[in-house]
Amino acid sequence: MNQDLKTNILRTLQKGFRYDGRKTDEYREISVETGVVKTAEGSACVKIGETHLIAGIKTEISTPYPDSPDKGTIMVGVEFTPMASPNFEPGPPSIQSIEIARVVDRGIRESKSIDFKKLCITEGEKAWIIIIDICIVNDDGNLMDAASLAAIAALKDAKFPEFDGKAINYKKLTDVPIPVEFSPIESTVLKIGDYFLVDPIPEEEAVAEAKLTVATMEDGKLCAMQKSGAGTLTIEDIKKMVELAAEKTKEIRAHLGGR
Amino acid sequence: MSELLIKDKEIVVPGEELAVGMDFLPSYGTYRRGDKIISNMVGLVHIEGKVVKLIPLSGKYAPKKEDTIIGQVIDVAMSGWRIETNCAYSAMVSLKDATSDFIARGADLTQYFDIGDWVVAKIINVTSQKLVDMTMKGPGLRKLKGGRVTRINTNKVPRVIGKAGSMVTMIKVSTDTKIIVGQNGVVWIQGEPEMESIAVDAIKMIENQSHVSGLTDKVKEFLEKATGKKIEMPEYNR
Amino acid sequence: MMAYKREKRKNDEPREITAKAGIIPRADGSGYFKIGNTEAYAAVYGPRNLFPRFKQNPTKGILRCNYNMMPFSGMGNRVRPGANRRSKEISMITENALIPVLDLHEFPNSVVDVFIELPQTDAGSRCAGICAASIALADAGLAMKDLVSSVAVGHLGGTVFVDLDYNEEAFDEGDVADIPIAFIPKTEEYSLLQMDGITSKEILFEALEVSKKAIEIIYKAQQDALKQRYKEGQK
Repeated sequence: MNQDLKTNILRTLQKGFRYDGRKTDEYREISVETGVVKTAEGSACVKIGETHLIAGIKTEISTPYPDSPDKGTIMVGVEFTPMASPNFEPGPPSIQSIEIARVVDRGIRESKSIDFKKLCITEGEKAWIIIIDICIVNDDGNLMDAASLAAIAALKDAKFPEFDGKAINYKKLTDVPIPVEFSPIESTVLKIGDYFLVDPIPEEEAVAEAKLTVATMEDGKLCAMQKSGAGTLTIEDIKKMVELAAEKTKEIRAHLGGR
Repeated sequence: MSELLIKDKEIVVPGEELAVGMDFLPSYGTYRRGDKIISNMVGLVHIEGKVVKLIPLSGKYAPKKEDTIIGQVIDVAMSGWRIETNCAYSAMVSLKDATSDFIARGADLTQYFDIGDWVVAKIINVTSQKLVDMTMKGPGLRKLKGGRVTRINTNKVPRVIGKAGSMVTMIKVSTDTKIIVGQNGVVWIQGEPEMESIAVDAIKMIENQSHVSGLTDKVKEFLEKATGKKIEMPEYNR
Repeated sequence: MMAYKREKRKNDEPREITAKAGIIPRADGSGYFKIGNTEAYAAVYGPRNLFPRFKQNPTKGILRCNYNMMPFSGMGNRVRPGANRRSKEISMITENALIPVLDLHEFPNSVVDVFIELPQTDAGSRCAGICAASIALADAGLAMKDLVSSVAVGHLGGTVFVDLDYNEEAFDEGDVADIPIAFIPKTEEYSLLQMDGITSKEILFEALEVSKKAIEIIYKAQQDALKQRYKEGQK
């Protein structure tokens, strides 16, 4: 059904540009604003072009897992809110939103961006769970990169609420920031025909054969990867895509600023 | 005593009082309440003598008999094809209205139009329940091949077409593209990829600035700059 | 018993308001309404196809509202994602507050969906949702008799206050009532009226009278949001 659209997108790419005039390795304008939600312990509003989403951090205390009694943990949720696109319906999370949540989670978890031991309050009894919720306001493509940027920006903005040993007082935040040591940043590369594009718009996402999301840390090491879509990648494809994504994450990281 | 409370070409929102007094007549987009005429939607005020009406600035397409629209085939049934029309109501093109060719019983209908094809069709009937019938028999009505489709707000279609087609012709001539503007806001453009992109940008510019004065000159300037060549309109269109 | 005294604003004054239209480009119409620290986005999709088909009505369309708080929007604990009884009730009263200004016969067999999402709340969330939804419906080009303006009015120990914030809502000395209303200015009709707490009839009617000034301010903000959006040209 999308054959005509794909053919025409490829014709445009042959001439060296995309439907919206960008080059294949060009991101739309990125903006990051933190501290936008007063009821959250940390928050960030991210826009990439007209893709717009809000991430908020809430903290809870519970018993650590038996196999890691001295560690807290994180939880990541992504809401494809029905206001953001005519294709999103109210109801339980779709598999697409779950995929984004899990890839963002792995980027933060595997990079050891937060030392989970620092989230422990009393070994075996109490530890912090940092819950990152990302809600889409407007979907204009590339939700993956926007979500991961918002998650890390919100984490860096977050502070622990007061805890007196018995109950959390969410109305008062302490000065103690949530311990974020590294900032994993993700970039997604699409393969359409022989072309590799970053920061796709919905038309490009609809005709892409496959996507590769790569997360990197400040030192350039990769800390998460995900191939999405039902197409295949050759080793040459992977080399090019990883190279391109890693370069782009450096540019995106500059938007984090602050801490 | 009758009195106008707003000026021509002002932007008004639902619930705004436009005129007071029984001399004025409420027309499209307005209603009367007591002795006042009140706006019913977001629109541009248009006053013609004593008639007060609105030109809507937003809103989805409402299918009308005789409209030529561009839609996409979403289903192929025994009796014909179902077309998505860029609004809440899809339309049917039945076998007898599809083509002048003879369609044999049991023929494979996807040979004519398949799911995903873009077509130009004309609305022949709309029932009170908004069931829509269309025909593809007629000049200019056909399946579209290649090219690129963009959507604009249906209320902007007249501006994009222009007086006697002058605006859309200017874009066609400047970018050397074929352009068909459906009344339902779906626009089809075909030409060289760079030119298609420029045409889309010009159309979006008209959509965004539809009520700005001097728009035709602004669009001409944009097109000449983007294509790098001056526009020479064919004599009959001047 | 301590009588409550407002410090930062007058008793009949609403908190600071920001209203916008057209901020969700993907939607057919959208609105944004922020009052104090309560923030609501609303997106309208429609008229569009209504499924399941048995819900279709050949003489008129339906308005379907979905109110939702984002997980980090509550004043305390995280709000578990998903519908709950409270959000379902608010969705329903929102529909009932907006239907009176719409002409459902304009779109038979179809649905106009309104999605309301709140990134942060500080009381008055259902009212902010209705205000944002009103802007969104007008932005979507639907025929509307008028906009609908909504605010929560109430009293603390017999003194009427308009636009209660979270702390005021939670005040627990003496009789307290929280009264969310929605008002159609052109016809002077109420399309939402609820009451949480205890009040005398006299104080109730005083509260409704006092709310008119705030409703005017809110109505103007909604109108300005729409005019601003169309003056500047669509995005």
